[in-house]
This record gives sequence, structure tokens and C-alpha cells, in this order.
Amino acid sequence: METPNPLFARNVPGTTEVLQRRTVGIAGCGGLGSNAAVALVRAGIGRLILADHDRVEASNLNRQYFFQSDIGRPKVEALAGHLRAINPGIELDLIDAALSPETVASTFETADLLIEAFDRAEAKQWLLEAWCGAYPDRPVVAASGLSGCGKSELIGVRSAGRIHVCGDEESDMSEGLCAARVAIVANLEANVAIELLLKGSVSHDHHQ
Amino acid sequence: MIIINNRDHLDWHEGMTVRDMLDAMGYTYALITVSVNGDLISKDDYEQAVIPDKAEVTVFHLAHGG
Repeated sequence: METPNPLFARNVPGTTEVLQRRTVGIAGCGGLGSNAAVALVRAGIGRLILADHDRVEASNLNRQYFFQSDIGRPKVEALAGHLRAINPGIELDLIDAALSPETVASTFETADLLIEAFDRAEAKQWLLEAWCGAYPDRPVVAASGLSGCGKSELIGVRSAGRIHVCGDEESDMSEGLCAARVAIVANLEANVAIELLLKGSVSHDHHQ
Repeated sequence: MIIINNRDHLDWHEGMTVRDMLDAMGYTYALITVSVNGDLISKDDYEQAVIPDKAEVTVFHLAHGG
């Protein structure tokens, strides 16, 4: 029998073993994606596919899981370093390139579930369409409406089939972005993803 | 009759498309995504995709920010 990893000693019993065998794709590694990735790694997820073409900028540090020393680095590389600093055993696929509707299916081919973590609404729309078109049996957890301050009671999750949308579906980034509210929605996405992965609502036929 | 967002009821007619539903409900905002009985409908298909009677329709509003 394997020695249990002390990193996960306080995790919910029975969950880490399941999550260790799962792969989550994360489209975008900004305020949503970076914080959701950290939550998933701490929960014991086995593998992440991280896609983002941006470099870390100072203006990202008000809400994204990056530090001053990351400025100028590719987001996927900087985030990978932070995730490995939490769990050196995490498996990571790093895609330092812009996603397009045409590349979604191949980029996330081995993902059990996708987390949508873009900032532009138009991109959220084509990502959902491309994912659901390619993999109609696999869930997607998206975010919409996480801007401004406070308004905690407006944040929720709405689901239809395998599509789950977290946030208030209303607030726009032109209001400005606050770490607390962005991280709530990012962690809500991770929480929904973990629940779906544990429920076994996710098929694994594509790994065969 | 179809149900939208688990809340609103709309009279159904034969051949009703997603576009007909959006017009009837007054959804003019472009940044949405629509699910009919759990299946996502691409925006390029709104004019062709027919909604069956008693369908459960969900319209998600997509806001910028991430």
C-alpha cells in the first residue's frame, strides 16, 4: 500500500484518491484560472492542462495568483511554478498559446472537465460552443459576472445539462475587479468542478 | 408551453426556433449562451434550431471579466 501523501492529510476522506486520477482543462490563467488551479491542486487533482498566451503584468497582481517576481513571465510557466511549489507531484500540460475555436478540442482532448476562465464574453461564448460541440458528454464550468465589490448574495451557480455558470451573470469588468470577488467565483468554479468529478458524472472513455 | 430559466413560461408553436424564443422574450443582448433541454445551441444555429414543446430552455448571460 502506498504511503499517504501528508499534503492531503486534512482533505475530505475519499476525495483525493478520486481526484488524483482526473484531468481538468483550464482555459485562461488570469484571475479565474490561476485561483481555480490553486484550489484544484490543493484538493489533490492529478493533472491540469493550462492554456494562456499572456505574460504576467503588474496590473494582474490585484487579483491573480502571481507575484512581483513573475512580471514579464508567461502566465502558464509562472503558475506552473506556484502549483509545483504546493504539490511537486502535480502533472501539468502547459499551452503558452492563444486558444481559438479550432484548437479547443485538440488542446483539451484528455480533459475530463473544462474550466472556462477567459475575460472577454465573446471568447467565453465560442469556448462553450467549441467544447460542447466537440465533447457533448463532458462538463464545462464557466464564469460570468464577478466584477465590482461586495454583492456577495448575487453570486451563485446556474446549470443546464453539462453547462454550469458561476457568478452573478451581470457585473461587467468595466466596474473594476476586486480580488475577493474574483477569487470567490474562481473557487466556486473549482468547487463545482470537484463536485462533478467526485460524483462520477464524468466519463473516462476518452482515456482508453 | 416552454419554460425559460426555470421561471418564465412562453407559449409554444410548431417550428419555434431559438431566435423566435429570444425575440418573444425580448433578449436583445448578443452575449448569451442558450441551452435547450441541456444541449447548448451555437449562436450561428439560432435561426434553424427548433425548440420542442415542453422544452426546458436556459439563457445564460455572459459578462466580461476574468
